[in-house]
Amino acid sequence: MFVPTVLGAVFDLSRRPHYVHWHFFQMSVVNLLVIALMVVVFVAAILLPFPHRRTEP
Amino acid sequence: MASPRDAAPPWTGPYRSYDIVKELAICIAVVAALATLLTILFSSPDEKPSTIASWARSQPNDFLTTATAELDGSSDTAGYGPPYNHAATGQVIGPIHLQSWLGVSHPVNTAVDYVLAPLATIPNDPALRAALGRYAAAPPAQRSAWTDAYAKTIGRAGSGRGAGPVAPMMTALLGLAQSGGLDGALLTSQHFYQTDYTKPLLFLADGSLLSDRAQAQHLLGDQWGMMNETGSYPGQVWLWLYTFWYQIKPFSTSDNADALVWALMMLLSVAFVCIPFIPGVRSIPRWIPLHRLIWRKHYRAHAGPAS
Amino acid sequence: MSVETPRERSWTARVRTRAESALPPEKLLPDRQPAYVASWIYVFGALTIAALLAIVVSGLILGLKGPAWWHVTAIGRFFNGIHLWSVEIFFFTMVVHLWGKFWMGAWRGGRSGTWVVGAITFLISIAAAFTGYLSQQNFDAQWISTQAKDGLNAVGIGAFFNVTNFGQMYTFHVILLPLAVVLLTAWHVLLVRRHGVVPPYVRSAAVARSEEHA
Repeated sequence: MFVPTVLGAVFDLSRRPHYVHWHFFQMSVVNLLVIALMVVVFVAAILLPFPHRRTEP
Repeated sequence: MASPRDAAPPWTGPYRSYDIVKELAICIAVVAALATLLTILFSSPDEKPSTIASWARSQPNDFLTTATAELDGSSDTAGYGPPYNHAATGQVIGPIHLQSWLGVSHPVNTAVDYVLAPLATIPNDPALRAALGRYAAAPPAQRSAWTDAYAKTIGRAGSGRGAGPVAPMMTALLGLAQSGGLDGALLTSQHFYQTDYTKPLLFLADGSLLSDRAQAQHLLGDQWGMMNETGSYPGQVWLWLYTFWYQIKPFSTSDNADALVWALMMLLSVAFVCIPFIPGVRSIPRWIPLHRLIWRKHYRAHAGPAS
Repeated sequence: MSVETPRERSWTARVRTRAESALPPEKLLPDRQPAYVASWIYVFGALTIAALLAIVVSGLILGLKGPAWWHVTAIGRFFNGIHLWSVEIFFFTMVVHLWGKFWMGAWRGGRSGTWVVGAITFLISIAAAFTGYLSQQNFDAQWISTQAKDGLNAVGIGAFFNVTNFGQMYTFHVILLPLAVVLLTAWHVLLVRRHGVVPPYVRSAAVARSEEHA
């Protein structure tokens, strides 16, 4: 039976995060990172070459 | 009708071998590994809940102020309207009164539920019983005078002066709350088995404790809190548009903000579902041809006049 | 006018015949795709399904031990972590999948139903996640429920969907909404199998000429 040996967190995320403020716009840095990552992954998914397969008629 | 250039005639060109079962199996392995890694690195948040006992012990003055407001009907819950009571008509969208269309489905009488009924369960206290009797027998104007006087003296020297029976009632209620008895009374006084936390939650929310904790965690509405999680965890980024409307006029200054934002988001959600049928919107991918990047191999292989 | 045979009158036979003609085995589980299906963007649908599977399995484990388990044991906290991060991955991959499908105009060629079902699945998933946050039995659940009640009460929904009623929200979260998400996802995938992956936009003659001269 698999028992995870590391059950606690390596990094403690329970502390207060940093925020970005611009006029009425406020967002946590971590949320902005997630959104930025989505855009990066989307662009990468479109641009990165996909493995070539034999085509059939 | 859709533009002919949006047509997608059945494919008659070449095929390639594509193993969808293997693809799904690899995706399952990748997601399982990623979720496990993230859990090992960051775990998940678990801020302990507030109880009425912890509130009464850490912020006794705020507790007493809130309890007094529940007794004299000036608290947020007391003046809420449906579905808790008839004290207000609630929010509207133009002429439409959606808040009241299903009436009072979860009745809460703040004076009885939060103060009088719990106090009546305290045994062996003749002075308290006498105070409750005096309060019950007094006319509404006298009761208001007592609660007003009491509210002015909370946390000050001479606390309770001019408040008649309200002072000993509130002292007893504070003791009951600090012992944990009020948490129990609000949950299981009617039923032994209970999963409905409406009454204790409304009481807590009428005070400052939850909002103080929320502000520290950046969860308030004007902090775009709907998108946030406690601590530094990623939150609910997909709620960005829902919380956005609350930050701008007219919503940010409207008494009907909740109803108006909800109606707007329902409209936008329907529009999102119906994109294929909305002229203009459904043509955006053709006007901004990102698809030429996605299908660049196809377009290179089929260069020449369009079929 | 021909007379129906007993077999043709059979509801079972009719359902089977319709299912077979809509989704013959080679369409249900194809081992080949049109040559234009050659981009990493196409993988995000499968990633979303994989994340949904992780959510369901970790959710099953959490449900087996009851809602208080993850607060009091390290292994419970571990599976709660798997559940939370699977949800984050689920919405991440679903949004990338959605962006890809939008920019491909994937509703074309009679595929509007696929888009509609997918969009509804997205919205129902948000509701499922919302009831999950309400089922946490911690401060976050207390705050979310006491705030969200105002939005729902304002439009009368609070009268029959009470976010401060843990029992109701937990039931929605572990049974009703996951069932809806899984069924909608299955319907979405069957529609994709039935209609095939949307072909590329047909280039206009003007664009083709301009590309020839580039």
